[in-house]
Amino acid sequence: MSHKQLLETEKHWLTRKGKAFLSDRVILHSKDLHQDLGDYEWMRVYLYSILERDVEDNVAKLLNTFWVCTGYPDASIWPNHVTALAATVRSTPSLSLMAGMSVSEASIYGRRPEVRALDFFYRAGRHCEAGGDLIEFVESEKSAGRTLYGYGRPLANTDERVPFMLAKAKEFGLDGGRHLQIALEVYAYLNETYGFSMNVAAIHAGLAADVGLNCQEYQLFMTPCFISGMIPCYQDARDRPEGSFFPVRCTNIAYNGPAKRKWRS
Amino acid sequence: MASEYQYHSNIWLEEPEPSNPFAAKACFCSGYDVHNDVIPNAGWFEYLLLLFKGEQPEKRETALLEKLAMVLANPGPREASVRAAMNAGVARTNHSSALMAALAVGAGQYGGAQELAICMTLWQECQFDITRWQQRLLNPNTDERADIWLPMEHAPGFDPNGDATPTPILQSLDLLAALAPAHGALAWLKANRQALELHVGYPLAMSGLAAAALVDLGMDEDQGSMLYLMLRLPGAAVHALEQKQVGWKNFPFYGPAIELDESAFPGSKEQKGVRE
Repeated sequence: MSHKQLLETEKHWLTRKGKAFLSDRVILHSKDLHQDLGDYEWMRVYLYSILERDVEDNVAKLLNTFWVCTGYPDASIWPNHVTALAATVRSTPSLSLMAGMSVSEASIYGRRPEVRALDFFYRAGRHCEAGGDLIEFVESEKSAGRTLYGYGRPLANTDERVPFMLAKAKEFGLDGGRHLQIALEVYAYLNETYGFSMNVAAIHAGLAADVGLNCQEYQLFMTPCFISGMIPCYQDARDRPEGSFFPVRCTNIAYNGPAKRKWRS
Repeated sequence: MASEYQYHSNIWLEEPEPSNPFAAKACFCSGYDVHNDVIPNAGWFEYLLLLFKGEQPEKRETALLEKLAMVLANPGPREASVRAAMNAGVARTNHSSALMAALAVGAGQYGGAQELAICMTLWQECQFDITRWQQRLLNPNTDERADIWLPMEHAPGFDPNGDATPTPILQSLDLLAALAPAHGALAWLKANRQALELHVGYPLAMSGLAAAALVDLGMDEDQGSMLYLMLRLPGAAVHALEQKQVGWKNFPFYGPAIELDESAFPGSKEQKGVRE
């Protein structure tokens, strides 16, 4: 390898994704943004942008509920808390929301569990397709020390979004897919054997697999999903006195470090 | 009850002013009085090492960190994270947006903090075993699972778009290795650089050099990643401010360079609407 490959793209970028012909037209994945996509709901444009294809109405409606059911207007939730802190010190809306959104790419909630869960169901599906046993697959993951994302929840034993999503999947006729079935079978086993609960990441990932999203597409799709919940947290802290969002007194830093000592000159 | 909402720390202790529980009268960093002792008596890089490692550093460590910080301070306006900041600056956006852009872009796996973190993890695994290094550099991905990070596309710490090792990297390797432990990571990298470059087929990158320096400073991959992100921000900041003054009319606009390949579009314009 060498720098020579850089010469090709130094002054030329050939793309099929899209382009803005300013004062004329805008092309997104072969469609004219204003002529062809102008009547789309924004969510459909977002999905089209990610997938480069239109999805069925029921798929778009189902994916829409992923966002609806995860936008919690509660400033105790970590990304929302960041947004509220930004508001209490009077940062701007974009900075506040983007800080919250970037914090959503976390390991104990948000993007990593979602991606890992989707990947898990795809791999479990392939294992079963090849004649393997689902429970053996779960146990082999577990014995390798891998977290089974989608099962267990950091702050609560049950997840109110699970029955909501199952009802929505049924309403949109998308509750019969094999990956959702795998998610439910894994839950039944883990619950009976280890007392694990199931959270919405398992249901969402099972459904995402059934509608054919790959891990990258899913990560892109879910990226803004908490943002509708962040906005009220921003507004609430913005409208209260500066610095008033859960101030911390000095003595509430519980110090467990070295005892007081002198700096050696 | 206020005591329910406590933050635990081994780094920081605060004692309140008698008149206000929310104002600190004194702050202690790992036991050292920050305002009475550390700030008057320590240098900035001594304080930085104290913050990260919890102990007053040796002079040798401080000198190494200071020179590493200078090596990293400005990747220059061609580098992706600085370019990102300049794009923010030229548009006269918030300064925070410029630095957030630099951090997000500078976090990546090609020259960024994630590459450095992977490299530092490889140091823990491979130590001074060149055979192991050669195996792992060409096979950096051991987990078959998908993640929020894409799989590495090149040998971590090396530049797949490089030819010969750039002069500033060689100069910096010599300088930093001279300040580092005689039998540490930088010394080993200096001794084995050519063999590793020959093996992977391309030269050492700044991320690989910085990873070795941070290993010699006793940092783990999380600490190293944070420092690498921070230490490259001065260049992003000043170039963002500079482009704010230069203005968008004198800033590259790549519109004419982007060509839409419509040849493969289905049915071109007649078949509007449904694609497969």
